[in-house]
Amino acid sequence: MPETKEPLSFQDLILTLHHYWSEQGCVILQPYDVEVGAGTLHPATVLRALGSKPWKCAYVQPSRRPVDGRYGENPNRLQHYYQYQVILKPNPDNLQDLYLGSLMAIGLDVNLHDIRFVEDDWENPTVGAWGLGWEVWCDGMEVTQYTYFQGVGGIEVDVVSGELTYGLERLCMYLQNVDNVYDLKFNKAGVTYGEVFREQERQFSAFNFEASDVATLKRQFEDMESNVTRILNTPNSLGYPLVLPAYDHVLKASHLFNLMDARGAIAVAERQSYIGRIRDLCKACAQEWARQEEAGVAQRVRGVA
Amino acid sequence: MPQLLIELFSEEIPARMQPGAARDFERLFGARLTASGLTSESIKAYVGPRRLALVVEGLPVEQAAVTEEVKGPKDGAPEQAMAGFLRKVGLSQDQLVLENGVWMARIEKPGRRTIDALPDMLREVILAFPWPKSMRSGTSNFRWVRPLKRILFLFDGQIVPFELEGLTAANLTEGHRFLGSGKALTVSDFSSYQKALAENSVILDHAERQAFILKEAKAICEDAGCELIEDQGLLEEVAGLNEFPMPILGDMDPQFLALPPEVIRTSMRTHQKYFAVRNTATGKMAPHFVIVANIRASDGGAEIKRGNAKVLSARLSDGVFFWNEDNKTGNFDLWLQRLKGTTFHVKLGTMAQRVERISALAAHIAGHIGADIETAREAARLAKADLASKMVGEFPELQGVMGGYYADALKLKPEIADAIREHYKPQGPSDSVPTGKVSAAVALADKIDTLVGFFAVGEKPTGSKDPYALRRSALGILRIIREQSMSLPLGELVNAWYSSRGELPVEVQAVETVGTEILAFFAERLKVQLRDEGRRYDVLEATFGSDDVVNTLSRIEAVEAVAATPEGEDLLTLHKRAANILAASKTELPHATPRSYDGIDPLEKTLLEALEKARPMVQSHISEENYAGALKSIAALRQKVDIFLDGVLVNADDEDVKANRLAILRGVCELSAPIADLSKIA
Repeated sequence: MPETKEPLSFQDLILTLHHYWSEQGCVILQPYDVEVGAGTLHPATVLRALGSKPWKCAYVQPSRRPVDGRYGENPNRLQHYYQYQVILKPNPDNLQDLYLGSLMAIGLDVNLHDIRFVEDDWENPTVGAWGLGWEVWCDGMEVTQYTYFQGVGGIEVDVVSGELTYGLERLCMYLQNVDNVYDLKFNKAGVTYGEVFREQERQFSAFNFEASDVATLKRQFEDMESNVTRILNTPNSLGYPLVLPAYDHVLKASHLFNLMDARGAIAVAERQSYIGRIRDLCKACAQEWARQEEAGVAQRVRGVA
Repeated sequence: MPQLLIELFSEEIPARMQPGAARDFERLFGARLTASGLTSESIKAYVGPRRLALVVEGLPVEQAAVTEEVKGPKDGAPEQAMAGFLRKVGLSQDQLVLENGVWMARIEKPGRRTIDALPDMLREVILAFPWPKSMRSGTSNFRWVRPLKRILFLFDGQIVPFELEGLTAANLTEGHRFLGSGKALTVSDFSSYQKALAENSVILDHAERQAFILKEAKAICEDAGCELIEDQGLLEEVAGLNEFPMPILGDMDPQFLALPPEVIRTSMRTHQKYFAVRNTATGKMAPHFVIVANIRASDGGAEIKRGNAKVLSARLSDGVFFWNEDNKTGNFDLWLQRLKGTTFHVKLGTMAQRVERISALAAHIAGHIGADIETAREAARLAKADLASKMVGEFPELQGVMGGYYADALKLKPEIADAIREHYKPQGPSDSVPTGKVSAAVALADKIDTLVGFFAVGEKPTGSKDPYALRRSALGILRIIREQSMSLPLGELVNAWYSSRGELPVEVQAVETVGTEILAFFAERLKVQLRDEGRRYDVLEATFGSDDVVNTLSRIEAVEAVAATPEGEDLLTLHKRAANILAASKTELPHATPRSYDGIDPLEKTLLEALEKARPMVQSHISEENYAGALKSIAALRQKVDIFLDGVLVNADDEDVKANRLAILRGVCELSAPIADLSKIA
């Protein structure tokens, strides 16, 4: 695609990636409806990466990072932004080529730009996940995290998944050559990213830093935490533990932790212990999911080839 | 002579692992060739972002026959053991040979074609390759650094039949990801391989890429009236990120030059892998940087330049934000508060506790070396504050450096700012030692707290494991003490740590135990240091034992100096003669001091008088640390000792006489004891 053409709007960037990955056989999912800090946490990634069943999907995931709120004033930092997530299990042999093809599709000419694969071994301690891969640089800017999953929920994976995480706002700023995220063209009709999201950034920054109630957050965190174990242990008519609802509660606990953190309510010494608690919950879900996968329970529900 | 060419073509290998991988490939493959009796003229590995290659020149077409010896059971071992061994080697017992009571099997391995031996070698090397981190891909259990895509395997122009994990070896490679033809390239030997790669925009040799980058980067800087700030580590890294490197000079917004140069360089280097550039005339940072791109862009690099400049601006804007935030007044107090919530180590408490210990130690040391005690105490109190600053949070390697800047901005005493800046020194053998006394006191206190602290809570280095770099701390302490000529016994530093340690989360081990361990730890390091400097091994053995490094050094120097003179010969001979007799007489050493008595032998009397005259002289030399003088005074006794030993029977029948004579000899031997154990000198 020649670069003289008008750069993609924010929504066209998403639509182009959807189209591209759909052509590669991916299920195009919609965002998960629980607040998460990163696209990886979507159960379509964390849980589906376990077990041996093939799985291909792509989705946009709003990512919430309460501490990164800047009241809509910072040109690069947002407490709510979008990640584009692709997961291919097992990772195909030509994943690098497919990935470069996606860059071409969104209008990045790989003969004009300096695309580099720079070592970055990704790790997410709260979900006990790790992998090897790279940050992909375009002219010195990190545009994608590219990872071969080696473990999730503290369990080494049976089959390796390839995970691509594009930072959509950053990538789009690069394509449109704008310096401020709020100046991004959201669509071709001239609506800007700022018109859509600046007020949300203001209000949520104020909420995250000033108006959330630490005592409530803490109580809710503990409720979520105890519920995970309760849900996993409650007998039900299906005859096996309800791992998906339990995992939703883990995600909620994780977001509550991030909110407490934004309020400065987590002492340095407590931080590791909170992260450890979330990781343990996540592990419990991951182990249960893996067990069910292996035992072949719930085939009916998860029989995606 | 036939040539072997191997290329393992993969997805991008981390830059930091490439040089080690080339060395390992050479070493491991070379070892397998040798083990198979295959000699070669040369073996060389090449490495780049997507390939690890090996060329072996001058291999034989056939392996020589080899005899392999396998050790079996001992003679008389149980039958089962023998039966098992025979099964293993496939021989019968009459084919074994008995050697030194052990049954040996000699297995003749007939020579075979080299090409037949190569596949197993490559398989073994690949499967055991020591990548610092490796991964699985897809459904395979095979581990490589990143997915392995192709294997090129040629011997003497022929493809070596080889399969691994669904890959079949061929005579094919690929060029540059973007600038190459995009097709597989057929290769027949190393020179056609190099040619194919060169035509497809790949510089194979890491060293050649480095040289190319350096030359080009210097040239583009020069064209702009600037000078490249060289950085070997960075150069090696970028040579591992590019197959066809293209240095481009980027422009930086000059407003960022208000930042400290260390911040600009670190940000460029760690985040973006850019080289910094200085103004040739002023020597100051110039508003440029050098990107090393991996392509020759169709627009001459204009887009690449624009994109990178933009990223750098965002990075440096963060730097400006941190700098401004960190320079707000009252920050030092705020940071020190925050260190109370930062754990240094679970067994050693918070960073704030560490700061208190270092502060007390620095004051103690300052008192010893004539530095201003209160300045040292204050400098140490502030030395770690910048760990809580935003800039150091972002760039940990700027610890100390930033604290120094922030102290300067507050117009603190220059000695304090210097001490904050320099107290991590020396950070390695090539780093310098702090020069100012306050800096030296704080630097020493910092390292003593690390070393003694970890020993005291039982976290000692074992074997090759030294997670807290205590060996480096010890070497740093020794260097500071030596270069500053500090007369400061190490044992006293250990005691000082114990008295300043305050409340710790765990019980510490007894000061005596830890003191002994630490002194032994130091002695080991110091001996290695001195031996490397060319000091005589026997002299080191003879002089060690004191915990005062500077004093030990001056004794070593004196012994070495005197030993090289004729007096040295006298000294050692007299000591040896006297010591031999003392050792040979099985008598318990008499405790009485030697004395004159009625009927004393005149020779005995002469020596006794000479000893009594020498003793105060020797002692006074020693108390003035004039060890060479002391040794020379002892050496002067040689003639009298010789005459005495030649003319008198030490082991006289009369027990009292014998005891007196032995006591005289003991007195002679003991003269040199505070300086060295002369019996250890060869």
